[in-house]
Amino acid sequence: MEAGLQTILFWFFAILGIGGGVGLIFNRNPVYSALCLILNFFSISGLYLSLNAEFLAAIQILVYAGAIMVLFLFVIMLLNLSEEKGILDLTPTRLLSLLLGIVLVVELLYVFREFADDSVKGPFAFGKVEPLGQMLMTEYLFPFEMISVILLSALIGAILIARKYSYTDN
Amino acid sequence: MDLSSLQPSVLSYLAVSTLMFVLGMIGVLSRKNGIVIFMCIELMLNAVNLSLVTFSKLHDNATGSMMVFFVMCVAAAEAVVGLSIFIALFRNKLDIDINSVNIFKW
Repeated sequence: MEAGLQTILFWFFAILGIGGGVGLIFNRNPVYSALCLILNFFSISGLYLSLNAEFLAAIQILVYAGAIMVLFLFVIMLLNLSEEKGILDLTPTRLLSLLLGIVLVVELLYVFREFADDSVKGPFAFGKVEPLGQMLMTEYLFPFEMISVILLSALIGAILIARKYSYTDN
Repeated sequence: MDLSSLQPSVLSYLAVSTLMFVLGMIGVLSRKNGIVIFMCIELMLNAVNLSLVTFSKLHDNATGSMMVFFVMCVAAAEAVVGLSIFIALFRNKLDIDINSVNIFKW
């Protein structure tokens, strides 16, 4: 990808993504939180594109922004939740979590500082569908098959858990 | 405008990933609505995915990208099971405030 385009894509989607994350934790209404999270997922997909990972960008929109967030929105609207009160009250727990967050940011940036000179320019061989699909069918065949078992068991488990049942039946 | 001074490095991507992860962590620790906490966990998973893709590109290695693929699949399964737990919880308590879910407390 051209360097200028990559720069513009990165800054646009980085700011949009972090804005979506902030909106997620500061919205009273869970529906607005979910919409902010969708914004965040779209920007992460844009960041994948700026890294030349086209396949993962497409999958990100299909699976996360498309499937998972629709499920979240559906459940939020099904449950008809009330808005959370006192979201900006600075309780001791929140103060501690804020402090922990700042410590974690500083710590991780200190660890990552050695990557400041590494460039992300240039082509990315594994961003395309073909090499990833080839690896999925050879080296990662067993995990790939296990994923289908996990998805099936999640399907059955979800139906069992969310089923409406009463103890007076049978 | 000269864009070359704004050219993102690997550190820029990792910084974005770090900020998203910490936002998710603060959300998990400070919100009370169960579904919002769940969405914050999804945000943290995505932040880690972003750093995995960045490292995958840096080392030109497919392992990171494959890991992201599997994380997405497991996150989908996890979202389905978690949301069904919340539906079952809502049936019994008519609320999903996590402070009211303490039936295992003794």
